[in-house]
Amino acid sequence: MKQLNKMQLSTWVYLLISVLLAVVPFVYDNLSMLFLIVQIFIFGIFAMSYDLLLGYTGIVSFGHAMFFGVGAYGVSIVLERSEEPTMAVVILGTIIALGIAAVISFIAGILTLRLKSHFYAMLTLALAGLFLAAAEKMRDLTGGSDGLLFTVPEFFKDRTNLYLLCLSSLVVIFFLLRRVTNSPLGRVLVAIRENEQRTMSLGYKIFPYKLIISVISGVVAAFAGVLYAISIRFIDTTVFAVDVTLDALLMTIIGGVGTLIGPVIGAGLIEYAHHFLSSELADVHWIFERWVILFGTVYILAVIFFPKGIVGSIQGFVNKRKIKKQEQFDKKQSEKDELAG
Amino acid sequence: MTALLKVDQVDTFIDQFHILQNVSFDVQPGEVTVLLGRNGAGKTTTLRTIMGLNSAKSGSVMYKGEEITKLPAYQIARKGIGYVPEDQGIFGDLTVGENMRVAMQKEDDATKERMEWVLNLFPDLKTFWNKAGGQLSGGQKQMLSIARAYLNENELLLIDEPSKGLAPIIVEKVMDSIQQMKEKTTIVLVEQNFYMASQIGDTFYILDDGTTVHSGSMDELKTNEELKKKYLGIA
Repeated sequence: MKQLNKMQLSTWVYLLISVLLAVVPFVYDNLSMLFLIVQIFIFGIFAMSYDLLLGYTGIVSFGHAMFFGVGAYGVSIVLERSEEPTMAVVILGTIIALGIAAVISFIAGILTLRLKSHFYAMLTLALAGLFLAAAEKMRDLTGGSDGLLFTVPEFFKDRTNLYLLCLSSLVVIFFLLRRVTNSPLGRVLVAIRENEQRTMSLGYKIFPYKLIISVISGVVAAFAGVLYAISIRFIDTTVFAVDVTLDALLMTIIGGVGTLIGPVIGAGLIEYAHHFLSSELADVHWIFERWVILFGTVYILAVIFFPKGIVGSIQGFVNKRKIKKQEQFDKKQSEKDELAG
Repeated sequence: MTALLKVDQVDTFIDQFHILQNVSFDVQPGEVTVLLGRNGAGKTTTLRTIMGLNSAKSGSVMYKGEEITKLPAYQIARKGIGYVPEDQGIFGDLTVGENMRVAMQKEDDATKERMEWVLNLFPDLKTFWNKAGGQLSGGQKQMLSIARAYLNENELLLIDEPSKGLAPIIVEKVMDSIQQMKEKTTIVLVEQNFYMASQIGDTFYILDDGTTVHSGSMDELKTNEELKKKYLGIA
């Protein structure tokens, strides 16, 4: 009961924050800042998809950008080939992109998920590299390294509409994924992450669970790619780059692995820091322009001092206090019992 | 009587090391069979081999007359063999309740009945139902691990060193619970604590250097000082 109330409370808090965020474009009309927040929403979705793999199942992927890129290219190619892009074309492009991502993640999962974790990580890296090379070579379809420039329906050109679309997507996906992670499936995934052999000896065949979560994660990542392409109306092969995966990894680790909300916070921090360092502080010192160096340092410090990330550390702190309180209560209770006895 | 479990001339390797060499023993239904032996004798590997977590290179493991030697662990578990590993195997990030629920293969009335029985046996689990598994004490973890294995309709429980690292008072409680489970299921127990093992065991097998070297009834072993001294180091 207590658990249920805690969950209900957090749901209301998240909904309240969502409503406050929904008001932002109506009271604050700085276009570049709104665009930055849209990017945070999109990368928040992408990072949550990564958290499903890393945080809930213990799968380390170096090729997650592959799904992001498939989503981005899927919708971009459909839009670029359409003479007059309408909402129906966007929906069709999105369905095609997500369908392809589902098939690819299913096939990639079948090929790789039986491998030990480090082999899986390397194979996903190779697969993402393959997609990058294919995107560069298939110029007729993808525009090669020049990329694809396309137009979107009027609805998406309005920054407020785009903002609200990305925000609502983030909120809906967050609650859906939270439902998944709090379901019996989610519990089995955590069990797999903690101890595969032990989970097997409880009667679970591990592979289908990994495959299911890999497909869900791939489709969500592709959806983030779709939103990304629509938001910038241009796409090139950099969406398949390993940097995109590393960003998701960093967002997840800094925000808090296995927390879902952590990666969204991580996305906010990384995207904002990226923007702030490369635009605002670039004039102060050249080092700020090389923000990757700073992020590398942040990454090392985060892993050493905050291995649980922001949300994980806060949860750990709250739990410790609870345990301490409980212990003090138990101690007092036993002292009372002794006196009474 | 037909053996519930028959381990026949099993050889198991871990990497290049030949751990089990021709291990054979039978487990009769309703009995507690104790595997004894010094550290490194191969007791844990024997249980892991039965469970399919280490694969036997040769020999056979038969459960209820069916060959299970090459089956994966999840299929062996579904056939009705529960496993309580040496390290307890608690999922630290899941609560006690979630640890229990994740172990339930069915949610039928019989499972609910067993859940109730096991929670009465270990009331601590009820008290700490919403506490994370990783935050439990060693004894509580052991109780949770045993409770989880008992939740399903398992006809055979493999329990590995349940007294290891526990305070004597907790050991007594754990052993008492195993004693109660004995009424309902067949048990293969690996135990270093001979006193405890002798209290609940019906038959014994001694493993030495990965081979079964002696077997018999526990009553015989209790009085055989030479055997105890030679293989168990008990003076």
